[in-house]
Amino acid sequence: MTPTRKRRLIGVLVIVIGVGVAAAVAMQALNENMLFFVSPTDVDEQNLPAGKRFRLGGLVADGSVSRASDSLAVQFVVTDGLASVDVRFDGILPDLFREGQGVIAIGELTPEGRFEAAEVLAKHDENYMPPEVADALEKAGHTESEL
Amino acid sequence: MNRLYLFFHKTGSPPWFYKYSGYLIPWLWAGFLLLTAIGLYLGLLVAPADYQQGESVRIMYLHVPAAWMSMMIYGLMAIWGFIALVWRIRIMEVLIISSAPIGAAFTLIALVSGSLWGRPTWGTYWVWDARLTSELVLLFLYFGVIALYNSFDEPRKAARAASLLSIVGAINLPIIHFSVLWWNTLHQGSSIGTSGNSIHPSMLWPLLYMAVAFKLYYGANLLSRARLRLLTQDHRKRWVQDLLTKESS
Repeated sequence: MTPTRKRRLIGVLVIVIGVGVAAAVAMQALNENMLFFVSPTDVDEQNLPAGKRFRLGGLVADGSVSRASDSLAVQFVVTDGLASVDVRFDGILPDLFREGQGVIAIGELTPEGRFEAAEVLAKHDENYMPPEVADALEKAGHTESEL
Repeated sequence: MNRLYLFFHKTGSPPWFYKYSGYLIPWLWAGFLLLTAIGLYLGLLVAPADYQQGESVRIMYLHVPAAWMSMMIYGLMAIWGFIALVWRIRIMEVLIISSAPIGAAFTLIALVSGSLWGRPTWGTYWVWDARLTSELVLLFLYFGVIALYNSFDEPRKAARAASLLSIVGAINLPIIHFSVLWWNTLHQGSSIGTSGNSIHPSMLWPLLYMAVAFKLYYGANLLSRARLRLLTQDHRKRWVQDLLTKESS
């Protein structure tokens, strides 16, 4: 390799390493803000103030969904296995919403510690399969994640 | 080592590149059409609907290959940018700037198709989570490379600036890929990976056909664009003049 090329090679490498380090440091600093949602455990630990808008993410607890008979209002519990938060929502839920499904609710805590959601999004997992396979798995007593 | 150098010098020479890429292009187009036909047939007609998403799962056969391409093309641009900056091989510079619009198009397809899938599945067209945001940044990086290149009058200088942006911007690629692991995102994790697939084979095959088809499309489109750019840049040079007289006679 000629000296000129070596010089250019070193120059480019220095830039790449510099930018890489800068990006890593910036992401480290922004880490908290890069989280799209907080889990029920975070809610418990951080004592989030009432009235502050944030996104709550977790699984809809089995058997926790109750719908009002005369309106769209629905109540359910979002859990991450360790902690759970009561959620109330008045609106149209996404098709994927069901018990055991991952959801992200956008809203705020009331002073009583209930989560008042303005919007509910369903989180889709990375499993893709035909309905028959899902049925068969369920019958065999497996969970989807074992596929 | 000498052989390798010779190979680089040969492929790096515009007339050689022009000649041999011309042989390759029809095959790439043919392969693209064939595999797309198979992939679309399997994906839209044969593959089953998903147990949760229903028919909208079929958007995946467009979305995932396009998203892969958007990252692969930028990665290639960064590698070529590195070679272009250190060894000043002009073909590499031509390949970078010819790749950028194709990469931008694939990024746009991935963003739009993902958005259309997100509406029925998640309940929203767009969220500012790490995966979606970093993919949007990738689109702007492509625009940046194109804009930077066009802001110079002298093609060699323009290519050097574009190469540098390609290399620096490549830092976004691992961020896009690992965003779903490093942070909580609405976007799901990868279904296909080294630790096994969580996608049923009947759905995996059309996806793979489409992925290969897109790569062939990229190859054909890239080579066509690069040939045109070489002809335009070299239109006063001997080899282009010879080519033109040969074709007109």
